[in-house]
Amino acid sequence: MLDDFLVRAGLAGFGVSLATGPLGAFVLWRRMAYFGDATAHAAILGVALALATDMPVPLGTLIVAVAMAVTVAGLAARGWAVDTTLGVLSHGALALGLVAISFVHGVHTSLESYLFGDILAVTKGDLAYIWVGALAVVALLAWRWQGLLTATLNDDLARADGISPDVERLILTLALALVVAVALKVVGALLIAAMLVIPAAAARAISRGPEQMAILGSVIGAVACLSGLALSFWQDTPAGPSIVAAAAVLFALAAGFGKMRRH
Amino acid sequence: MLVQAKDLTVRLGGAEVLSHVTMTIEAGEIVTILGPNGSGKSTLLRALLGMVPLSGGQVTRAPGLRIGYVPQKLSIDATLPLTVRRFLSLPHRISEVEAKAALARVGMADAEAKPMSGLSGGQMQRVMLARALLAKPGLLVLDEPTQGLDQPGEAGFYRLIAEVRQETGAAVLMVSHDLHVVMAASDRVICLNHHICCEGTPRVVSAAPEYRALFGLGTQGALALYQHRHDHSHDAPAPHDHDHSHEGHSHAG
Repeated sequence: MLDDFLVRAGLAGFGVSLATGPLGAFVLWRRMAYFGDATAHAAILGVALALATDMPVPLGTLIVAVAMAVTVAGLAARGWAVDTTLGVLSHGALALGLVAISFVHGVHTSLESYLFGDILAVTKGDLAYIWVGALAVVALLAWRWQGLLTATLNDDLARADGISPDVERLILTLALALVVAVALKVVGALLIAAMLVIPAAAARAISRGPEQMAILGSVIGAVACLSGLALSFWQDTPAGPSIVAAAAVLFALAAGFGKMRRH
Repeated sequence: MLVQAKDLTVRLGGAEVLSHVTMTIEAGEIVTILGPNGSGKSTLLRALLGMVPLSGGQVTRAPGLRIGYVPQKLSIDATLPLTVRRFLSLPHRISEVEAKAALARVGMADAEAKPMSGLSGGQMQRVMLARALLAKPGLLVLDEPTQGLDQPGEAGFYRLIAEVRQETGAAVLMVSHDLHVVMAASDRVICLNHHICCEGTPRVVSAAPEYRALFGLGTQGALALYQHRHDHSHDAPAPHDHDHSHEGHSHAG
């Protein structure tokens, strides 16, 4: 069954959606969308690192994404203007990564597959990386769920209950880096942030509780992956952008449905 | 003794916000920290709870002391769907019975299914108080709990606090910048302007020259509260600048 490239593509999409649902919810609640973008862009630099050192690509991506996320979080904590810092680091890392990749000798894969993903070329090895990474993110978030949610409401409220907002922030930062490493192959560096934000935003419109929103985010992400793959298969459109476009359509439907139900 | 501060000093961004504060909170008493805007009230509260690093002195909390904390303001992002019931279960999951009892206690029965984002300021304060009570606290800490409430709302909230203390025996530490209601609702008042100006029972404090200097008297006094920044030095040189308007009161330092 895993020999069929479409089956592998579908499973890869499901794996990514599993993690982006709950993590995407936190990205919205804590307004981390731009932060997610910066971490995702840094992945390109990670690809260059991996190609230059013969490391597996997900590992190189993970290393650079963690470094990027920790740097940004650290600078923000020290009072740097977050918007400016993210703008510089995000685009700086993307450009530097693209330049670095061009220096690496004998690269067969086209740049495009890292920028927009290459879900139809997912191998069994990729699948293993994706599912291990995604399950790790889900386990991490489930383990810390109550503390994460409390710290999201108010730092002092968390501190009064013995929860360290800084630790919870670090957990989310690491989870984000993991998701970036895992989702690169599926939607590419430029569209990872979209997979975090759009399904979660769609889920918000039809959710009454944080847990429901996290789970619905995963479901909507998975549906978007299937629809995007179908579109790509029948109409020969690029797969990654098709998935994100499908997610955007689902968002519009959910927003409309949510509005209707409220009236 | 529940919480004790000795010679507590806090610097934030170079400025000395609190200087050599020494105070104690005993079991079961209602203590109000009173002071003008920017006098370091909230910082003192947070320092006593161990939420800000100290640059001098020490804070001791009774071992095993449970604290119920009500922050000044809770701004919940519109993207976070959160009902009152779910909020009460943060960070510890509680039973349906506990939730109902806590909400009934603060006069918010039937609010369980309401979204947090739809609550008014006063309702939000009551729900946050209900959540704080669920921790079965030995000390209840409230940071300007009646900010944004009208006068009846304010009086009602302080009445509620007094009832809760009566029932649970919890000590209460509050921060406020309004005089009249607080005076009636407290066992002890601490006047703060970066250092402790004076403290004691409401009657003693309201008669103290330091208090009168800090807040003035009558309606003019209430106005002076907002216009006026006061500092006097006891024995050490003043840690911060003087900015005085001497109208309507004499100097106490």
